[in-house]
Amino acid sequence: MSASDGRDPALRIVVDLNRCQGYAQCCYAAPGAFVLRGHEILFYDPSPPAHRRGEIERAVLACPVRAIAVQTAADEEDVA
Amino acid sequence: MSAAELAGIVVVGASLAGLRGAEALRRGGYEGPLTIVGAEPHRPYDRPPLSKHVLAGELAADATGLPALAPLRARWRLGQPTVGLDRADRIVRLADGTRLAYDRLLVATGAEARPWPAPTGGTLTGVFTLRGRDDAAALRAALAAGPRRVLIVGAGLIGCEAASCCRDLGLAVTVVDPNPTPLARSLGTGIGGVIAACLRDAGVAFRPGTQVRAFEGDGAGHVVRARFADGGAIEADLVIAALGATRATGWLAGAGLRADAGGLTCDAACRALAADGTPCPDIYAAGDVARWPIPVYGGRLVSVEHWGNAVEQAGHAARNMLAGPDDQRPYAHLPAYWSSQFGINIKAVGLTDGADSVAVVQGSRASRRFLAVYGRAGQTIAAVSFDQARWLPAYADAILAGRPFPPIRDATDRARPESLAPGFPSPRAVSADEFAHA
Ligand SMILES: Cc1cc2nc3c(=O)[nH]c(=O)nc-3n(C[C@H](O)[C@H](O)[C@H](O)COP(=O)(O)OP(=O)(O)OC[C@H]3O[C@@H](n4cnc5c(N)ncnc54)[C@H](O)[C@@H]3O)c2cc1C
Ligand code: SF4
Repeated sequence: MSASDGRDPALRIVVDLNRCQGYAQCCYAAPGAFVLRGHEILFYDPSPPAHRRGEIERAVLACPVRAIAVQTAADEEDVA
Repeated sequence: MSAAELAGIVVVGASLAGLRGAEALRRGGYEGPLTIVGAEPHRPYDRPPLSKHVLAGELAADATGLPALAPLRARWRLGQPTVGLDRADRIVRLADGTRLAYDRLLVATGAEARPWPAPTGGTLTGVFTLRGRDDAAALRAALAAGPRRVLIVGAGLIGCEAASCCRDLGLAVTVVDPNPTPLARSLGTGIGGVIAACLRDAGVAFRPGTQVRAFEGDGAGHVVRARFADGGAIEADLVIAALGATRATGWLAGAGLRADAGGLTCDAACRALAADGTPCPDIYAAGDVARWPIPVYGGRLVSVEHWGNAVEQAGHAARNMLAGPDDQRPYAHLPAYWSSQFGINIKAVGLTDGADSVAVVQGSRASRRFLAVYGRAGQTIAAVSFDQARWLPAYADAILAGRPFPPIRDATDRARPESLAPGFPSPRAVSADEFAHA
């Protein structure tokens, strides 16, 4: 699911939940990956399937506090 | 090339601080050799979901890999703890006997769950601690097998989060803590009482003021009950020992640094201090393992066991590692964390140590939606929000600006803030454990 083919970065995300204000813009942009629970608990899938890349990238841009970080670099082999 | 040029930078600890530190080194223009050593066999992963969504069965334990945010071109030595440091020769020793040379070293070995002592039942099966991915996978499997009763020892953040997950799974769960309320040492009993009510409403049996003396096992060595110091006992076939964490500094013993179970002491620039108190120009530390003088609170030594500190301090240490000796900037961080439990989003800023009063300035404790501010000697020092996160940044600013307490504000939803005694258990030693995310 999140396995790298060595060219595309794996789809891995992490949200800075100190920064997140729970305004849920990401949930509208990528409902399959971000869900707001209760009043303001953000639940997200840290390794969403590759086909969600487009919506995840929209969520990153939609977040008003830039709390969402997505893997940008390809997974690297160990450099011996 | 000289041997020194070949050695480059070695990062010890392949988790949040190690990864973000390595990225900051590359982003800062460092082009030389970079080696990342990690005791665990895993690439860096995120820990906060482990005690929340992983225990609840919503995320697999191996699904929380941290995104890489910059190309590292690093040599990874995973599954290989360092076991020693030789500062004179600038060598770290790995468990397999490898000697790794460094020019500069970033210590990011974090912390370890404090284990239950072996003589009083720590080696029984069914007794768990929770720090890493493998712990979470094992604990999750044991919870999914349907234990008759889960006993959680320690009502800190991880203990309460685990209790919340156990109730979501429909398991019978008892939480014991020596203090009168959960989170008493970090938030005080005035606010901790709200969590006690949440535990109760969720069907958790909470036993305050209770110390476990020992666990007892059956013939097969599986835990069956806990004996309390007061002579009582409880049957439990799964135990989570949530007793806080000790800093992973054992490998630094004998290296001539100020390191112990409370952390590796650093100067304001994140440089490790030698035993004589002089900063080592080539050894830096960041994240849970670091103990450093915090400017916002008068430069007293703290170690902060929260996610946001690992990220920010790693970036700061990396910046200083690449800067000249005359350009070492002090690390000025305002500690902050979040937790989610019983459907409530808890967020806090600042350190509550020494607070002499608390004021609820938004909402109410009864509604479980509020913002409470902590004061010490007339100054605002910390704030915590229960489902009121949007107000928190304003109080972070007030803490940084050293604004007076109680805070003066335009009262919109209450005439006068409710004041209460913070209720910190005494004696309240100023130790790293005060901030233990446990
Ligand atoms: C279950 C859990 C839930 C949490 N939830 C939250 C939360 O909700 N909010 C929040 O703000 N914070 C939370 N935290 C705290 C946060 O995860 C930590 O502050 C953060 O992980 C610290 O990062 P670190 O890299 O400094 O240390 P760690 O993440 O502890 O990583 C240190 C790494 O170094 C490795 N290591 C240790 N010794 C050696 C050695 N000798 N050689 C090589 N490698 C070594 C370890 O194996 C580990 O991988 C939580 C922590 C846990 C455990
Ligand atoms: S858009 Fe950003 S701030 Fe809003 S809920 Fe999502 S991550 Fe949090």
